[in-house]
Amino acid sequence: MTGLSTTSSAPTGATSKFNNLTHMPDARGHFGPYGGRFVSETLSFALEDLENIYASLRDDPAFQAEFDRDLAHYVGRPSPLYHAERWSQKLGGAQIWLKREDLNHTGAHKVNNTIGQALLAKKIGKPRVIAETGAGQHGVATATVAARLGLECDVYMGAADVQRQKLNVYRMHLLGARVIPVESGTRTLKDAMNEALRDWVTNVDNTFYIIGTVAGPHPYPLIVRDFNAVVGREARKQSMEQIGRLPDALIACVGGGSNALGLFYPFVEDEEVAMYGVEAGGDGVETGRHAAPLSSNAPRGVLHGNRTYLMSDEAGQVSDTHSISAGLDYPGVGPEHALWKDVGRVNYVAANDNDVLEAFRELTHMEGIMPALESAHALAYAKVLAPTMRPDQHIVVNLSGRGDKDIMTVAKLDGIEF
Amino acid sequence: MNRIDQRFSELKAQGRKALIPYITAGDPAPQYTVGFMHALVEAGADVIELGVPFSDPMADGPVIQKACERALKHGTRLVDLFEMVKEFRQADTQTPVVLMGYLNPIERIGYEVFADKAANAGVDGVLIVDMPPEEAGEIGPLMKSRDLAAIFLVAPTTSHERAATICAHGQGYLYYVSLKGVTGAASLNAADVAAHLTPLREMTDLPLCVGFGIRDGVTAAEVANVADGVIVGSALVNRIAENTQTPEIIPGQLKDVLADMRSAMDA
Repeated sequence: MTGLSTTSSAPTGATSKFNNLTHMPDARGHFGPYGGRFVSETLSFALEDLENIYASLRDDPAFQAEFDRDLAHYVGRPSPLYHAERWSQKLGGAQIWLKREDLNHTGAHKVNNTIGQALLAKKIGKPRVIAETGAGQHGVATATVAARLGLECDVYMGAADVQRQKLNVYRMHLLGARVIPVESGTRTLKDAMNEALRDWVTNVDNTFYIIGTVAGPHPYPLIVRDFNAVVGREARKQSMEQIGRLPDALIACVGGGSNALGLFYPFVEDEEVAMYGVEAGGDGVETGRHAAPLSSNAPRGVLHGNRTYLMSDEAGQVSDTHSISAGLDYPGVGPEHALWKDVGRVNYVAANDNDVLEAFRELTHMEGIMPALESAHALAYAKVLAPTMRPDQHIVVNLSGRGDKDIMTVAKLDGIEF
Repeated sequence: MNRIDQRFSELKAQGRKALIPYITAGDPAPQYTVGFMHALVEAGADVIELGVPFSDPMADGPVIQKACERALKHGTRLVDLFEMVKEFRQADTQTPVVLMGYLNPIERIGYEVFADKAANAGVDGVLIVDMPPEEAGEIGPLMKSRDLAAIFLVAPTTSHERAATICAHGQGYLYYVSLKGVTGAASLNAADVAAHLTPLREMTDLPLCVGFGIRDGVTAAEVANVADGVIVGSALVNRIAENTQTPEIIPGQLKDVLADMRSAMDA
């Protein structure tokens, strides 16, 4: 396994026009005009502290070995790269390969990052961790590692999300975490993050904030990317072994964007690999009821510590978002994605709720794999892209999480109440 | 000379400490804000901090969060604050006004437009809660060229090194956050505040003003003993919250809170 600060060796890297992208962010956490550290002064010290400690551990072989050991024996990595032959055949174009992050312990890619950050919390010596969560996957992954390390754990979750993700709320309770419903604002992920930041500013002496996505103030976007990049490193190696070459395209869903960055980052210099980030189109980007800041060309803005594309009105008030998937229901996006959009490295598109549900049902029926609604956004775009490609071409889709948590949401749409 | 510098030099000559009230503009509705500002001055305010309502006030506790919600329900925008300050200036050309809020509304209208409009309206200083000096490289010069003071926060967790940077960039006054937490949190410890202010005194000639946790005359007087100014927000905003159905009595309520602090500080 390579160090956290390096991508695997890219055959075309030396000449790629996207070569500079692997060297982001700069020393102050900027990805071009995006990113940065926009926080109130009380948190500056904790962030500098985290930055310094992470800089010292990033290439420390002992830390790396501990992380790799946990990924292998606790998470169950590497996750398989599975050829969805039947579904590929039905779509009648490119071969679709699923990167099975749903098979990780706790059922999503989120645990890669929480394992890493919990190790950092332990090194820094903080006895308490907090997290924000949307769908509850990051909350569960945080509660899980907190249980394992004996850390106190509080998870902030929008009250609307507590309602629509009851199963994950109960999982967190069973794991010994406290779930704090957030009633302010839109009662979703962004409000959970506001409340987690308020907690952190109050309890910064004894608390480590485990941010779940590639957003937030520097160094979080860097740290979360590094810990998730194992997904792309494995996918790259598995593609070489199973396909015999790099894939033609990668697809991943984008809310904050951690699973997408994890898959994309190790391929970013490989110009021949096209990349598609799929945002939550909700009722349709044209209706305004969506959570797709990149594909709707939202204005630049600053929220939760970083500058990025941010859905807001003309007065700079952050907009309400809408998505069937709680995990993507966020008005901003990780700053590295914002840069990758501007330089044209990744195509950002949106999938509407209806198409997402159809993809959810189709994969479940045809491959016996029930995806999370978040991941079903990536599948919905695979349905669009694959038929435009030849059968000897290959798409890797990040199946970032499993769908058990969404069964009640889908059942309700089918008119069934438990 | 900027009105803030002018005011602090007058106070210094008089041997008095600054009393700096904060209210959220547009709370409980935009038509009341200018009247509230005049009431605050009548009760002894030396500088007014006018809050820019924001949908996601991450550094604020429930009291100011709800004030933002009330203001936003009436559609209060940053551009409306410029009109409020203009109207305030028709009757009051002396009292410094500082806009306090979060970066996104400013980011959205653009730094240069913001600096122009703020200066034209008669604003004297700007405190952007989520913009430390490291991120102020672009907006700083635009404000400076229009004589708008860039006011920064210093926290109990701020290192000596960072404090030096903040002092070097700060103008108007330094806002010392008395405790770790959000606005409206528990009461401060005056001895603890004094211990933190001492090293700052050696770094800067800027007036040191203290906010967070000041609730009444007693805490205001304790802080005034060790600092150059006392900032009070949630205690005032609470009075607004309690009287949203009878806004006509709010000016009197604000005056009661502030006059009590003023007399305790001047005693």
